[in-house]
Amino acid sequence: MQPTYTKYYYPYVSPFDPCKPILKKSYPTPPQLYMGFQPPNLPQFNPKEALYHGTLWPSLYDEYNKKDYRGDEHD
Amino acid sequence: MWYYEKKLQYPVKVRECNPRLAKYLIEQYGGADGELSAALRYLNQRYTIPGKVIGLLNDIGTEEFAHLEMIATMIYKLTKDATPEMLEAAGLAPHYVNHDSALFYHNSAGNPWTAEYIQAKGDPIADIYEDIAAEEKARATYQWIINMSDDPELNDSLKFLREREIVHSQRFREAAEILKEDRDKKIFF
Repeated sequence: MQPTYTKYYYPYVSPFDPCKPILKKSYPTPPQLYMGFQPPNLPQFNPKEALYHGTLWPSLYDEYNKKDYRGDEHD
Repeated sequence: MWYYEKKLQYPVKVRECNPRLAKYLIEQYGGADGELSAALRYLNQRYTIPGKVIGLLNDIGTEEFAHLEMIATMIYKLTKDATPEMLEAAGLAPHYVNHDSALFYHNSAGNPWTAEYIQAKGDPIADIYEDIAAEEKARATYQWIINMSDDPELNDSLKFLREREIVHSQRFREAAEILKEDRDKKIFF
């Protein structure tokens, strides 16, 4: 099963929080946390794609988006 | 807040007057991988980490203060009755002219403790991995101090502290697993 590279938690919200609370907060859990020793013969990007992605292997690629697009939720 | 129990987590006995050992032990007091750094690192990271691991940082951070007291007791006992001449012979003359035999937060080379020893990156994985590394470095420091010490009773306490580093490292590794878990994901069979 493919792990997700973004996780969420729901911080405690106090009735006295001065700022608008973040209800759902994301944190990154990038692919290297799950691979262990990299298995041989994984699928590869073509050379040009690899150059753009910063890795030869799609399974090590993690697209990091700005927080606004990561699913964090404000009140 | 904290409640204080007026006893040490594990007894500290010192067999011989040996100010030189105090010079080495101060590394665990005010050094980069010492107990002060550990306590402040964990208790500070608590605020911005997922709720599932806040309690762990709270408990381990608190225990580190108990270890700090044990180290302080060792250093105090090793130096409290030493004469200036004995301190000088142990390489502690610079400490003596600045502090008498008071304890101070510096490492065994005399560099004062600095917040640069610790980090709070705000990324839960980065912070927990730093904590695991810190525990391993503290364990190593205890090993090197034990290697330099021939006081069996002091070494007994140091071995207890080294063992606690192992347990803490294990707990932080478990915390990393918890942070990695896909809890929201539906499980298909």
